Amino acid sequence: MSRQVTVAVNGKSVSVPAGSTAAVAVAAVGLSQFRTSVDGEPRGPLCGMGICFECRVTINGRAHRRSCQTVCTAGMEICTDGP
Amino acid sequence: MARNEHYDVLIVGGGPAGIAAACCAARAGRRVAIVDDNPAQGGQIWRGMTEEWTAATQSPLAASWLRRLREAKVEVLAGTQIVARPRDGVLLAETDADACLLAYDKLILAAGARERFLPFPGWTLPGVTGAGGLQSLVKSGLPIAGRRVAVAGSGPVLLAVADCLRDHGAEICLIAEQAPWPRLVRFGCGLIGSPGKLLQGAGYKWRLKTVRYRTGCWPVAAEGDGKLSSVTFHAGSKTRTVACDYLACGFGFVPSLELPTLLDCRLDGGAVWIDDWQETSVQGIYAAGETTGVGGVDLALIEGQIAGYAAIDCQDHAARLFRARERGRRFVGALDRAFALREELKSLATAETPVCRCEDVSRQQLEAYGSWREAKLQTRCGMGPCQGRVCGTAAEFLFDWQRESIRPPIFPADVGTLAEIRPLGKQPGK
Amino acid sequence: MSTKAADVVVIGAGIVGAACAWEFAREGMSVTLIDSGAPGGGATAAGMGHVAVMDDSEPQFALTRYSQQLWREIVDELPDDCEYETCGTLWIAADDEELAEVRRKQQAYTRRGIDAEVLDAAALARAEPNLRSGLAGALRVPGDLVVFPPCVARWLIAGATECGAQVRLGTAAVEISDRGVRLADDSLLPAGAIINATGHGAERLTPGLSLQPRKGHLAITDRYPGFIHHELIELGYLKSAAAVGTDSAAMNVQPRITGQMLIGSSRQTGQESTDVDMAILGRMLRRAMEYLPALARVSTIRTWTGFRAATADKLPLIGRCSSGQRSSQGRLYLATGHEGLGITMAPGTARLLVDAVMGRESAIPPEPYLPARLEKGDSA
Ligand SMILES: Cc1cc2nc3c(=O)[nH]c(=O)nc-3n(C[C@H](O)[C@H](O)[C@H](O)COP(=O)(O)OP(=O)(O)OC[C@H]3O[C@@H](n4cnc5c(N)ncnc54)[C@H](O)[C@@H]3O)c2cc1C
Ligand SMILES: Cc1cc2nc3c(=O)[nH]c(=O)nc-3n(C[C@H](O)[C@H](O)[C@H](O)COP(=O)(O)OP(=O)(O)OC[C@H]3O[C@@H](n4cnc5c(N)ncnc54)[C@H](O)[C@@H]3O)c2cc1C
Ligand code: FES
Repeated sequence: MSRQVTVAVNGKSVSVPAGSTAAVAVAAVGLSQFRTSVDGEPRGPLCGMGICFECRVTINGRAHRRSCQTVCTAGMEICTDGP
Repeated sequence: MARNEHYDVLIVGGGPAGIAAACCAARAGRRVAIVDDNPAQGGQIWRGMTEEWTAATQSPLAASWLRRLREAKVEVLAGTQIVARPRDGVLLAETDADACLLAYDKLILAAGARERFLPFPGWTLPGVTGAGGLQSLVKSGLPIAGRRVAVAGSGPVLLAVADCLRDHGAEICLIAEQAPWPRLVRFGCGLIGSPGKLLQGAGYKWRLKTVRYRTGCWPVAAEGDGKLSSVTFHAGSKTRTVACDYLACGFGFVPSLELPTLLDCRLDGGAVWIDDWQETSVQGIYAAGETTGVGGVDLALIEGQIAGYAAIDCQDHAARLFRARERGRRFVGALDRAFALREELKSLATAETPVCRCEDVSRQQLEAYGSWREAKLQTRCGMGPCQGRVCGTAAEFLFDWQRESIRPPIFPADVGTLAEIRPLGKQPGK
Repeated sequence: MSTKAADVVVIGAGIVGAACAWEFAREGMSVTLIDSGAPGGGATAAGMGHVAVMDDSEPQFALTRYSQQLWREIVDELPDDCEYETCGTLWIAADDEELAEVRRKQQAYTRRGIDAEVLDAAALARAEPNLRSGLAGALRVPGDLVVFPPCVARWLIAGATECGAQVRLGTAAVEISDRGVRLADDSLLPAGAIINATGHGAERLTPGLSLQPRKGHLAITDRYPGFIHHELIELGYLKSAAAVGTDSAAMNVQPRITGQMLIGSSRQTGQESTDVDMAILGRMLRRAMEYLPALARVSTIRTWTGFRAATADKLPLIGRCSSGQRSSQGRLYLATGHEGLGITMAPGTARLLVDAVMGRESAIPPEPYLPARLEKGDSA
């Protein structure tokens, strides 16, 4: 059993293996929509490597963070309601 | 205040090229560092952050280079992204927590490549990802077991991706390669001289033998309500629809040229120009790996070593690798010809399909203009945070538009980071 | 190319030339608009698009106020991509000395019928919670607005075209002579009147204007809706804009309707390169952070530069050009020299020119802007 980290996605608590990215945590709560596009469409990760900015979420109050490039830390708060 | 560091050799990019360069340059007490924006080393191919996964999925090649890197006295600056050049010989970098100014005597650019994404109806639905993109997400922990995945686009990477995803428990419903079968056969025959490549390819095919692999096949539409549920493919004279949870789709790779361009390195045919010693047109700046042309991991490793040795004036060590590099480059040429993108892909996007995903700009909106710059001014395309990395590459393929010059920051950066750039000495004009 | 003379040839399809083409075409005149590049691709693409009433001098006030009224007549017709919004301006006073100046300005504005109120420190903090504490107050000018200039230029040009104007893009004008305007492809456009609206490059076609290009930098952020509500400008900006010859950077942060913020602005003279100057960019951003500390963790997407065309007396050149008189037989008119206010002043500039060409009286006295005021003793 690997070490787990617990984070909150939209207020919902979820545990993921240590070293997982925030994108993994969002998927782990069953969400496929990470952000809402400027025309109101649902969007999720595309490139997985930090260049497309489609996986942006709000992390610990900071908007526009790339969830695919951010490693989960204990207690991290992730929100998917951002632009 | 920003941290200030000075290195004898600074390497941007912690993929195979950067790692090889660092290992070779870290000799005789030189201060060497690798900067990479990912949370861990390895670049695109050797990515794998969860400690556990690393052990499970590491190839012997990756393991040996990563061990060499640990043993060499190289400083590793992970999660650190280069965003600007405050002045010659200094780069500005940003981490989650702060900014740092990295000065260097010699610089090696090993910033790699990224996937080319092409627009088609539905390509913005959650669940449609890059081919390497989905693999990267899975390598960083995304659970994929039991999910149905269609892999599409072009290049040998489709096989590697399908193989990796299946290892992680995905059910691969189809591999769709846009290139026509006869071209691939010719390519395969050409590999006789590179048994390693041939075996690798054969190995993938063997392990994926139960998976449908179609050539001359590409996605024409992704469907779903709020997220992907099925994909329609063009296959021969028919279309066929495949139900799936993910479409992993990438149309080859393009070198990442933002940083070399910012540093005034000359480009040549869509890649950084280099001389025999991997030195760019700017003295003291070297480039290695896929920034200099998309060539696969073996070539990246060779180029990285040459650049690392050349940067510390070990020319004879470097020269010993020239022949291997020559072989690698021949393979690249064959690869490019075999997997050249077909014209039909230019008409997949309909008038309403978004091309710019950051600002939601459709093909029809773009087509009203004659150049990238004009379209950008009038429609906001390319003005979002990806800075045109996705839509600019697509527009280049669709409309033959050349992108304009690069301006800092080369990645979005905090105001506080850019504010760390101060003039040397006294403020001018005061 | 037909050689039939147009009533008016407008050179330059920036916001100023576009406004001119539109106004002339609406008057029923035949108009040809030319630009070497894309419409709105010059300084117009670089500007912040703040349409503000400014009172550095009587004539500046008259033209900015007149122009803002004209802007109000069109804003409701502008398509969404012109990003029009009336966000108002807050001129921020850092200390009591600046607050005294705010009070003086408030009186000057209201005396002339422009809405303006003084905010004390507490009211300012309520209006803009992201400003640092300890500021003395601000002048609030609620009627100032913002637009996205390149799209407005395109819209004006489309309007001109609807009224019959011809547009030729991608070919530079190389000479203005008594026969008309000669283009880089050697074709000649005969014209009744010629408007040089080529911005800071106007001297290439009309030498001797003594325009000084002043380079400016801007940065734009990602979307942070509600971070600020007004265009926020430090009062010291006025000094910075007025001081010619020294490099300066003053806080000027604008909320866009998208939720993005534009951060400005710098002024540098003696610069030719369009490259971003990292040192002045850093200084400009530090200045903005002094007022808005939370900007430190706001993501910047892009930066760019542009050139403002400055004149010696800080007023634009609008009207008949007498120095080029001999070669162009008095048919040459200028529409340039707007420095940092060309977006604001474009509609007023166009009206003044239409009046001048048609020999009509203008809504405001045109004399302060006539090029003749700055011309050296005519030696031609
Ligand atoms: C998404 C993806 C998946 C791939 N999957 C496979 C595969 O399964 N099998 C296979 O054989 N090949 C694969 N490839 C190709 C493979 O990556 C290359 O053949 C090889 O790894 C190139 O090595 P490199 O060192 O040149 O670049 P990379 O491995 O791409 O390394 C470059 C590194 O530089 C970093 N970087 C770039 N710019 C900056 C900056 N400004 N600041 C800081 N860091 C920066 C990047 O994040 C990256 O980590 C893949 C490529 C991509 C893009
Ligand atoms: C950083 C910055 C911020 C600013 N902010 C504001 C603001 O908030 N509010 C405001 O009111 N103003 C602002 N300004 C000023 C404003 O941008 C300019 O005053 C205005 O855009 C000038 O418009 P123009 O049409 O005269 O010039 P331009 O937009 O430069 O247009 C001139 C046109 O002429 C064309 N041209 C040049 N030479 C030739 C030739 N030989 N033949 C054919 N065509 C030619 C060019 O291609 C160009 O399209 C700002 C300026 C800068 C630099
Ligand atoms: S998925 Fe592209 S930036 Fe994260």
